[in-house]
Amino acid sequence: MPGWRPPDAMTALPTRKLEAFRYTDLRALAQISFGDAPAGTAAAVPDLGIPKLVFYNGVFDRAASSAFAYLQTFAAVAEGSTLPLALINAEHARDGVTIAVPAGVDAGAVLLVSQAQGEAPFAFHPRHRITLGAGAKLTVIEIARGEGVYWHNPVTDIALHEGAVLRLFRLQEESAQAFHLATIRAKIAADAAFESFTCGLGARIARTETHALLMGPGAHTHLNAAQLLGGTQHGDITSCVSHRAPNGASRQTVKSVITDTARGVFQGRIEVDRIAQKTDGYQMNQALLLSAGAEMDIKPELEIFADDVKCSHGATIGALDPEQIFYLRSRGIAEAAARAMLIRAFLDEALEPVDFAPARALFEGAIDAWWQGR
Amino acid sequence: MLEIKNLSARIGDKEILRGVNLTVPDGEVHAIMGPNGAGKSTLSYVLSGREGYEVTGGEVSFNGQDILAMEPEARAAAGIFLAFQYPVELPGVGNANFIRTALNAVRRARGEAELDAVAFLKLARAAIKSLSMSDDMLKRNVNVGFSGGEKKRNEVLQMALLQPGLAILDETDSGLDIDALKIVAEGVNALRSARFSALVITHYQRLLEHIVPDRVHVLAAGRIVRSGGPELALELEAHGYAGLEAA
Repeated sequence: MPGWRPPDAMTALPTRKLEAFRYTDLRALAQISFGDAPAGTAAAVPDLGIPKLVFYNGVFDRAASSAFAYLQTFAAVAEGSTLPLALINAEHARDGVTIAVPAGVDAGAVLLVSQAQGEAPFAFHPRHRITLGAGAKLTVIEIARGEGVYWHNPVTDIALHEGAVLRLFRLQEESAQAFHLATIRAKIAADAAFESFTCGLGARIARTETHALLMGPGAHTHLNAAQLLGGTQHGDITSCVSHRAPNGASRQTVKSVITDTARGVFQGRIEVDRIAQKTDGYQMNQALLLSAGAEMDIKPELEIFADDVKCSHGATIGALDPEQIFYLRSRGIAEAAARAMLIRAFLDEALEPVDFAPARALFEGAIDAWWQGR
Repeated sequence: MLEIKNLSARIGDKEILRGVNLTVPDGEVHAIMGPNGAGKSTLSYVLSGREGYEVTGGEVSFNGQDILAMEPEARAAAGIFLAFQYPVELPGVGNANFIRTALNAVRRARGEAELDAVAFLKLARAAIKSLSMSDDMLKRNVNVGFSGGEKKRNEVLQMALLQPGLAILDETDSGLDIDALKIVAEGVNALRSARFSALVITHYQRLLEHIVPDRVHVLAAGRIVRSGGPELALELEAHGYAGLEAA
């Protein structure tokens, strides 16, 4: 991201002096001394009727995982960027999923689970890699869960060759004391599509930072997200979409539901290169603040060098509409259920790319459970 | 039976209802007419429990229950239904899901079994057909992109499915063409029974040609100033509301 500079020490935690971290303060994380992740085996993993790849405290748990034909062995990491969290990840990465789907193959769907558990604070930094050959297809459902104080710092590198389609649906349900700082980087070739949705419900501080590079003509991406934040949670959705070829399309619908004294952040940047004519970029950010202490920071940025493009962005912040609540209640629906219905409706648009039924059911269940737990 | 005794209510400092007395026996349809600003919509909102209206005096009972103490959803479960003058749009909420959730909430509160999606759809499709609505109205988001007539028909659809004991129709005729008006009126008439009563709030007489009331009341300046049979509506149509406030 422009505006970024390498931190003083290459593996230092980013501070708020960095523009990209201006709204997300990691001092609470810096104060904790994280040890190595304890070894162990995963507890029960949800069954979605698809193969599963299970990581326990960042280490692949072969016994808990299914056979998956496109799984490869983990290779050492060489980090080329100056992204501070990716640099830290590179220094500590010991494992991660490596998936390669050959050209023309529809690899179906796979569940990627991260389970974390430990007594003392610990950190793990998985490096995941997903490569789809030309015309290949894959759906990845990712679930991150855990108990205790830990820092999960995954980096996912994605390469989509011409015409490939990756759907990445992520459910972040980390422990309430956890830090979840995910970096996702996708290189999208001509006519390839990266369809993603992140649902953030857990963690003390969560951040999903996505960099999508639309490298070839006709590349397409959806970077949708929904975050539901309560208590003193902090949730950050940051994205940078870079259109580097003509006829690309990017769609971002990000919805935040914030209550208590929780705080949400959305930073979305769209860059359109001089040659990226006919780019269609859309970014919508909406937040529903359910309490007086809830807060949302929004920073959209457009940097457009091409002259024939369609780029739009919008942001709204509001509360639930009392007229709508009364309408539902007047039909016999109790107030809490009415509010839950309206929140679910608010999130609906963000869930749009999730067209895989087991994933949709997973998200809807998690969102309902979040609301029931309030 | 709905019994309103000496009901007074205000919004902020503004006194809107100033001692309304009205009884609607089971099986009867009563019309409430009156000039703009008389308090007609306020009466409908106070009866259905909308926030922002402060009841400053009087009582309202429905089938012996003091409804003023009840939450809006409890009033709905007790059988009170308000057809809104301006039905609310709910983007992202499917109409079928909305109506089924409402119906099941009311059925639960009444100790009846809930309906599954299949049983509900069967019931809803039959009701839709009788209201000359298209099936796709169930698939759309609640009232989003509906024409004025479709919104009002959607209100009647909800009423037909929720089977209230008392329906309050707040200017349901406003914005309707004559065909839609007839369909809405037929929907209400189809519910008429010994266990159903209705308060039809309207500014004009034309709705009452199709939903013939047992009684007509004139609300002016927050009070019922005249009551009579259906002929009163015709008289008002001919002579207007002028002079009624003084009565």
